[in-house]
Amino acid sequence: MIELENITKVYRMGKVDVFALNGISISINKGDMVAIVGASGSGKSTMLHVIGCLDKPTSGEYILDGQDISRLNDNKLADIRNKKLGFVFQEFNLLTRITAVANVELPLIYGNSRQKHQRAIAALERVGLGPRANHKPTELSGGEQQRVAIARALVNNPPVILADEPTGNLDSASSNDIIALFRELHQEGITIILITHEMDIAEQTQRIIRLLDGKIISDEPVSGKNDVSSNSGDSK
Amino acid sequence: MKIFDFLGMAIRSLLANKLRSALTMLGMIIGVGAVIVLMSVGAGLQNMITSTFEELGTNLLNVQPTNPDAPGIFGTLYGASQASLTMNDAEAMSRIRSVTVVAPTNENFVKLIAGNEDTTSVIHGSTPGYQQAFGYTIASGQFFTERHIARKDTVVVLGSKVAEDLFGSNDPIGQKVKIKDKWFTVIGVLEPKGVGFFGFSLDEVAVTPITTYQARLFSQKTPSGEDAVQSIAVQLASAGVIDEAKEDIENLLRKRHRIAEDKDDDFSVVSMEQMLGEFETITLALTVFLGLIGAISLLVGSIGIMNIMLVSVTERTREIGLRKAIGAKRRDILMQFLLEAAMLSLVGGAIGLTFAWVTAWGISQIDLGGFTISAVVSPFIVIVAISVSVFIGLASGIYPAMRAARLNPIEALRYG
Repeated sequence: MIELENITKVYRMGKVDVFALNGISISINKGDMVAIVGASGSGKSTMLHVIGCLDKPTSGEYILDGQDISRLNDNKLADIRNKKLGFVFQEFNLLTRITAVANVELPLIYGNSRQKHQRAIAALERVGLGPRANHKPTELSGGEQQRVAIARALVNNPPVILADEPTGNLDSASSNDIIALFRELHQEGITIILITHEMDIAEQTQRIIRLLDGKIISDEPVSGKNDVSSNSGDSK
Repeated sequence: MKIFDFLGMAIRSLLANKLRSALTMLGMIIGVGAVIVLMSVGAGLQNMITSTFEELGTNLLNVQPTNPDAPGIFGTLYGASQASLTMNDAEAMSRIRSVTVVAPTNENFVKLIAGNEDTTSVIHGSTPGYQQAFGYTIASGQFFTERHIARKDTVVVLGSKVAEDLFGSNDPIGQKVKIKDKWFTVIGVLEPKGVGFFGFSLDEVAVTPITTYQARLFSQKTPSGEDAVQSIAVQLASAGVIDEAKEDIENLLRKRHRIAEDKDDDFSVVSMEQMLGEFETITLALTVFLGLIGAISLLVGSIGIMNIMLVSVTERTREIGLRKAIGAKRRDILMQFLLEAAMLSLVGGAIGLTFAWVTAWGISQIDLGGFTISAVVSPFIVIVAISVSVFIGLASGIYPAMRAARLNPIEALRYG
């Protein structure tokens, strides 16, 4: 599904080249649920941005769903973000002046889709927020807001969802709900890549990729067969 | 359709900041309103002048003395020129083939007294041709004749307004009127004619034989000692012979005044069309000037839009980043902000147009002493105002919108 081949991302800070990513090569299969962990400045956000087609690598090759992304123009990348990727952010990034369902409709507007309202409602029902569709984000709890954001990521039925610290602004109960929701979506066959610095969250995925100074220092499947990860064996 | 979604987004985000949107629009409302009101007042003035001239007829020429040494039109200004025209000039001109009637005319302001009533009016000393040249008809009594001219009779024909001021509903015919301490007999009253140049009433007039005027009221002599004539109105058979008649008159007067080949005329022949042209130039300049004043407020309004759009783009940096992350292309973001700017401008322009229309209507209702300026908001002005509003919206929105469209999504999402 996702193939990164020797990806580098270099920023010029004054006269010094800083390697945000320094030769990253990984492959993530369709249906995987992966956590990327690492200290701040390790390059995990940059890696997510490259995977998310928000940032172009300085060198290397990126193949998404069989398509070489490295040489696409901005408009093509926007289409890919719209159709193949769903983003979930730490701060939810909902527009507060419009309702939940209107927020969920946004990707459909840019995708020029039909039946936007029905599809947005369906996505909200999928995350369990059908009855709150006409509430504004300010009338919803943090966990509910993040669910709206997930519904927005889901609405175009993308094969991949990218989440940048999705539980970073939530209390532990809401965090568990959100992770449970991701696991559900993972069950439905969606590839999920999330960044986190909380190990108990990372351990609820199938695979943990550890970054340090722009390099992968470890990449291993989650070993502990605790109760919440009992499904991961089935999805092989 | 994407465009309807974008329109909806623009409306929602403008409504989210109602006060700010309203204040920004106010700039456009004032700008568009000012331009339209000022331009329609200018157009109204122009209409008034054009219709006045058309009423007088385009087959009229006016011959006046000119100072050949003064530049341009200054030579014809009252007082700048020497008295050079005489009754004999008028007599000679009347024999030109294309001329139907001449009316040598002198004028001044006088006080007319009848019994306890008095009024101030312009008095014309002229010939029987006056009536035809200036298009007056007699309401009662008669106009003076060549016999009155020859005998220098102290008779006067009153305009309807003067007659009413002096005699009310009484019949003025045969009554005495005192002008400059001399008694005149009223022999006729003119039909009302309404309003002429710049609102001067054409009915506030008194007409007396030119010979009487010269002998008993105001005497002015040419350098050679003849009685001077201030101007000679000439009516032609048709508007088609204006050029020909002008040339004939010029040749005739040059010969009569013995002007050498290399010298300039000491008179000028002006057609109504020429005068109309000059007035139109003046009013056009006035209209453009007024329009420019309005345009300045329009410019200020558009700067207001640009300013608020820049603020809006900065405030909504994260929103822009998010929109890009979920698939908005540069042109989508560009379109979104352009639409907001255009909508601010267009709605402001439309409200300004409405205000201007009401104001212009109000101005048209004002009675400026017997005449009104019909300030017309023409469909042309409406179309121009709407297109200018949209253009201003786009022009002032393009830079902020481009800044929004160019934002790097990653940096935008990190903002704030």
